[in-house]
Amino acid sequence: MNDFLQFLGEPIAQRSLWACAVIGFANGFVSALVVLKRSSLQIGTISCALLPGIALAILLFGLMQVSILIGAVLAGLMVGLGSLFVSRTSKVDQDTALSIIHTSAFAIGYIILVQLGLQQKVDDWLFGSIMSMGNTDLWIAYAISAVAVLSITALHRPLIIYLFDAKAAAAMGIPTRAFSYGIFALIILVLVSSLQAVGAFLTLGLLVAPAATMYLLTNRAGLMFWGGGLIGGLGSVAAFFLSYPLGWHLGATIIVVLGVTFLLAYIFSPKYGLLCKKR
Amino acid sequence: MVSEHEHICWGHDHSHHHHGGHELAVQQVSARYGDVVALESIDFSLHCGHTLALIGPNGAGKSTLINLLAGLQKPTAGNILWNGNPLHNTRHEIAYMPQRTEVDWRFPITVRELVEMGRYPALGMWRTPNRHDREIVEKALDALQLTQLQKRQIGELSGGQQQRAFLARALAQEAHILLLDEPFTGLDVPGMESLGELLQSLASEGRLIIASHHDLNSAPRIFSHSLLLKKRRIAFGTTQEVLTADNLLAAFGQQHITRS
Repeated sequence: MNDFLQFLGEPIAQRSLWACAVIGFANGFVSALVVLKRSSLQIGTISCALLPGIALAILLFGLMQVSILIGAVLAGLMVGLGSLFVSRTSKVDQDTALSIIHTSAFAIGYIILVQLGLQQKVDDWLFGSIMSMGNTDLWIAYAISAVAVLSITALHRPLIIYLFDAKAAAAMGIPTRAFSYGIFALIILVLVSSLQAVGAFLTLGLLVAPAATMYLLTNRAGLMFWGGGLIGGLGSVAAFFLSYPLGWHLGATIIVVLGVTFLLAYIFSPKYGLLCKKR
Repeated sequence: MVSEHEHICWGHDHSHHHHGGHELAVQQVSARYGDVVALESIDFSLHCGHTLALIGPNGAGKSTLINLLAGLQKPTAGNILWNGNPLHNTRHEIAYMPQRTEVDWRFPITVRELVEMGRYPALGMWRTPNRHDREIVEKALDALQLTQLQKRQIGELSGGQQQRAFLARALAQEAHILLLDEPFTGLDVPGMESLGELLQSLASEGRLIIASHHDLNSAPRIFSHSLLLKKRRIAFGTTQEVLTADNLLAAFGQQHITRS
């Protein structure tokens, strides 16, 4: 226990704790978009596809935060838009195209990282390593959270209409195409921020579980954003305090905590829980 | 139900007069997807106060016409005018209602929030709703007997209540034109009848109701006018005039006639 208190006093621990809170909150906040848009599987494939972008960025520009960020965004866009393109220009549907493109991209990324001699770092990209986050990383995470919260809050009203009923939204003059690209871009940004924390494999959990939990607790779409943010942030902080004494990997612990939270809501939610089902 | 005396256009728009009523005019409208013609030179015009059924076989262009009227796609040729001006300069005048099957009924939204969405064209992205907006929402809920149900999640309503909730959204929008995509699909006979009466009463207050419809038997009871389509206009007029054996033969072919 003393060990842990001493550890908390160190800058690296404090930085990690802040990172948990901020990244957890941003992902939880944005997870409402993923859940309400019912696009979690797509996002899952895209998160894995960020790997080759990161690998290529390292290959071309070296290990720099900014280039890694840009590489990840480009890879996400290419896989997302590429699958859309393949499905529109062939018989294959988008899910099939996405599966092939993202696994291929993932494989290529892995090969490049191993070739670069970054094999030990591969684990970090796949499962995250909050402890290795520097100050710049933390600032990037703050900035991304701010963008997410501000843009979603500012556009809340048309956004909910769009998520609920895109056609009626378009008929009301809401720029639905801009919204769909904007949401995609925002999700990629948040994915990149969580990549360092929980890695390409686990990031989907952070981007779905918080709002999915809220979905079982509320009838108000607006609450899913803030509630998701709170669950994501508090869950990640709780995981931080659990992981050290238990000796568990932090990124994995975050996902486990959020998974357990979801399970609790699934069983005990006053309105929609397993125990309380009226019908 | 909305009182009969509370004449027309329940909305706020003080500038308009009802002498001739508002007119929707569709002039020589065509729509193509690449080389495929979905609609060719459609022409008709109709005043507020009527109910119009869009009737035709599958692929006749009913959905395309609804999309064009809703502004979801642009005609490749022709004009759609509302009181002489392009309809899409006055988007708040059109309320679109999706098909039941297209709605995500588990979406976490209450009846009241759904109806409040109707205020969007008036409010825009940022203006906060004021007392006037709230009154309109309450009036719309009341008119469709949803006040008691306003806090329910939309999936917790019956089929008829769900449809009334979407109609209440259209009322809150103060739209003159209500566009409905196959509203009668999946309703039982009593449900059909009460929705039919509701649409007629909304029309009698000065709205124009336009709905795609596939049931030829019920059309004359529900809709005052019909547009029979098969990519082109086969016939337009009062439903009685339109649904003649010859016209139906032209639209649907032999098989359908023997069935109905």
